[in-house]
Amino acid sequence: MNTEQQNTAAGPELVVGVSPHIHSGASVERIMLDVVIALLPAVAAALYFFGLNAARLIVTCVATCLATEWICRRLMGRNNTLGDFSALVTGLLLALNLPPGLPTWMAIAGGVFAIAVAKQVFGGLGYNPFNPALAARAFLLISFTGPMTTWSASCIDATSTATPLGMVKEAFKAGAPAPFAMDGGLTLDFLLGNMNGCIGETSAIALLIGALYLLYRRVITWHIPVAFIGTVAIYAAILHAVNPAASMPVHFHLLTGGLMLGACFMATDMVTTPTTARGRLIFGVGCGLLTMVLRTVKTGAYPEGVSFAILIMNAFTPLINRATRHRIFGAAEAAKREARK
Amino acid sequence: MKVSPAPFLFRGGIHPPDSKTATAALPLKDLPLPARLEVSTSQHLGAPAAPCVAVGDRVTAGQLIAKASGFISANVHAPAAGTIAAIREAPTPTGRTATAIIIETDADAPAGEPPYKPIPDWREQAPRSLLDRVAEAGIVGMGGAGFPTHVKLSPPGDKPIDTLILNGAECEPFLNSDNRLLIERAEQVWEGCQIIRRILGAGTIRVAIEDNKREAAKALAAAMESAPDDAHIHLLKTLYPQGSEKQQIYSVTGRTVPMGGLPMDVGCVVENVATAYAVWDAVVNGRPLTARAITVTGDAVNTPTNWFAPVGTSFADLVAASGGARDNLAKLIAGGPMMGFALPSLEVAMSKTSSGLLLFPRECVRPYRSMACINCGRCVEACPLGLMPNELSQAAEADDIDEAENRHVMDCFECGACAYVCPARRPLVQHMRRAKAVITQRRRAAAQQKKT
Ligand code: SF4
Ligand code: SF4
Repeated sequence: MNTEQQNTAAGPELVVGVSPHIHSGASVERIMLDVVIALLPAVAAALYFFGLNAARLIVTCVATCLATEWICRRLMGRNNTLGDFSALVTGLLLALNLPPGLPTWMAIAGGVFAIAVAKQVFGGLGYNPFNPALAARAFLLISFTGPMTTWSASCIDATSTATPLGMVKEAFKAGAPAPFAMDGGLTLDFLLGNMNGCIGETSAIALLIGALYLLYRRVITWHIPVAFIGTVAIYAAILHAVNPAASMPVHFHLLTGGLMLGACFMATDMVTTPTTARGRLIFGVGCGLLTMVLRTVKTGAYPEGVSFAILIMNAFTPLINRATRHRIFGAAEAAKREARK
Repeated sequence: MKVSPAPFLFRGGIHPPDSKTATAALPLKDLPLPARLEVSTSQHLGAPAAPCVAVGDRVTAGQLIAKASGFISANVHAPAAGTIAAIREAPTPTGRTATAIIIETDADAPAGEPPYKPIPDWREQAPRSLLDRVAEAGIVGMGGAGFPTHVKLSPPGDKPIDTLILNGAECEPFLNSDNRLLIERAEQVWEGCQIIRRILGAGTIRVAIEDNKREAAKALAAAMESAPDDAHIHLLKTLYPQGSEKQQIYSVTGRTVPMGGLPMDVGCVVENVATAYAVWDAVVNGRPLTARAITVTGDAVNTPTNWFAPVGTSFADLVAASGGARDNLAKLIAGGPMMGFALPSLEVAMSKTSSGLLLFPRECVRPYRSMACINCGRCVEACPLGLMPNELSQAAEADDIDEAENRHVMDCFECGACAYVCPARRPLVQHMRRAKAVITQRRRAAAQQKKT
């Protein structure tokens, strides 16, 4: 089925095969490799801000994902798929979605879950309904809530063990003013990634550079990131306009809580997101709305809502695809003609 | 003069490298008469023509050797004088087999009179007599499937045609046969086009040429100097498949042919430039369609050439005349690289619809493995019909033929745009074809049942 080979030899010399006889040269391997390349700035930022912990998590997750992929395929008697680099991408993304202090064995559990449960159980690359790295993150959050929400201090506030969003949530809950005055210096820190958070989500600059590369390589289209980030921005702007004392400004929402990582890399995973431009816009808007609802609704507000927002929208992908199919050339005209008869 | 960009553009399409430079500037060369011609009785859509000569007969150039049989069929003529050596089954360039008439040619035969009476004063003749000539001369659509032209030019009375579109898009990469014909024989093409308009009684002529063929557009514009005001050349944005009828009608007129409908449903007829040239030759010179322009190119042929060659020439002869094939020849394609047919051997003869012969070297034909769909949506973006090739292919793969039918797989015209862009290298066109074949079979069976 998926090992079908075209271009079977006919006779001693000539190869026959179904048209078309030329191909764009695009390949799944190249797409995955491009994602890896696009993640390099974020990996560099993670190593810079979180040092050995970042290195430990990245190596652990990548190695676990590759090993799990290899073992699963062997157990299922299917072809080896390490060469499509998708397991490498999942490993990297998973690592970037983990807090720096997470014990190694939990990272391993996450990697095994991502590949074995979230991907290979469904049949492997292309069949998985949820982004494997995000599914694994959700699994870890539910199983190991404490370690997954403990933030060993980065440089922003050596005494704090909360993310900016978490600190804001606690402050607002207690009726205190916002803990950050979003002045220029702090905004720059947030842009660069000098704050608490998962190792790969903090540096907006690094993530945006990667996203630009993906756009340039046409691996992703602009629709999801723009719709996602734009929705968050508008939603935050309205909240801030209505009640400046109890809400953070727009750029705070944009630069924290894994929004950039989510919007540029997790919500653009093609396997689990819609195929049409319109569908992608809907998907992005949905992610943005859910993210803000999860972040700001008073009781039980979940400050790092990006992952769950994307996972929820992943579930809607088939529905969105069905609802946004292209207009078939001549279909409306044919219907009109039928009606006239 | 009347040259302007096309006013509309269809959705979808792809930009393959055009790969035309190797032969774009090469003038058409007359192929020396091959010793043997293998003229198929099935060079068109519809019923094969019925041979009306016997083995051993001597034939003159242009003599009718197989008669159209049935409404959708076309006459076949001897491309050269000679002797009928055999009548037997032979492979066609579209991968089927059909009866072919083999002629041992006689190079010394005198040219002789044209088989039909020339009609240089066609402007004074009744459209009906011109249509009869098109039918007699065995003219078929030379840009694609070979639909008999006289059938296309006799639309039913309730389908008035107001626009004739001359298709010079040649959007398939590698090919230059139409391009060269336009550059070198623009006046003849233009006159043929006017003859077709007279037959149709169509008001407007629109010429569609992709904007990477400016020389052709210029040549035609010059030929059209004295054209009536309503004739117009539209430069199409270079995009595959601009040459496809429905897409082209949209690009040029903004009209959308209803799904399952024909160009005449929106008042249009599209004719390829090579067909227009053949119409000119048949009407003005009284010569049937027995030769055409064909581009022989690709990295595995020594001397890429644009030939003007008799129908029935074996591809082996064409390749030999083009300096021979290189050792690294791995794939032989009749037609263009997007919709052409890969042939198992050079021992196949060219037909009225053979616009190109491509010889691809081994480097271009690496084996590959197709994977599961990764849902990237590129095929969806590329499909000029707005189909969802990813879903159709998955339905076909799962043998859910009903689903594929409901989602209009029958409309797919196998342009290959989806498969061209698919990073998972899914055999999308293969899946469409399989689903279509099953559905066609079912419909036939259902129709049969109704009858009995
Ligand atoms: S081959 Fe069929 S499905 Fe694929 S792009 Fe062309 S028309 Fe669409
Ligand atoms: S181009 Fe290929 S991989 Fe992408 S959606 Fe279409 S079928 Fe799937």
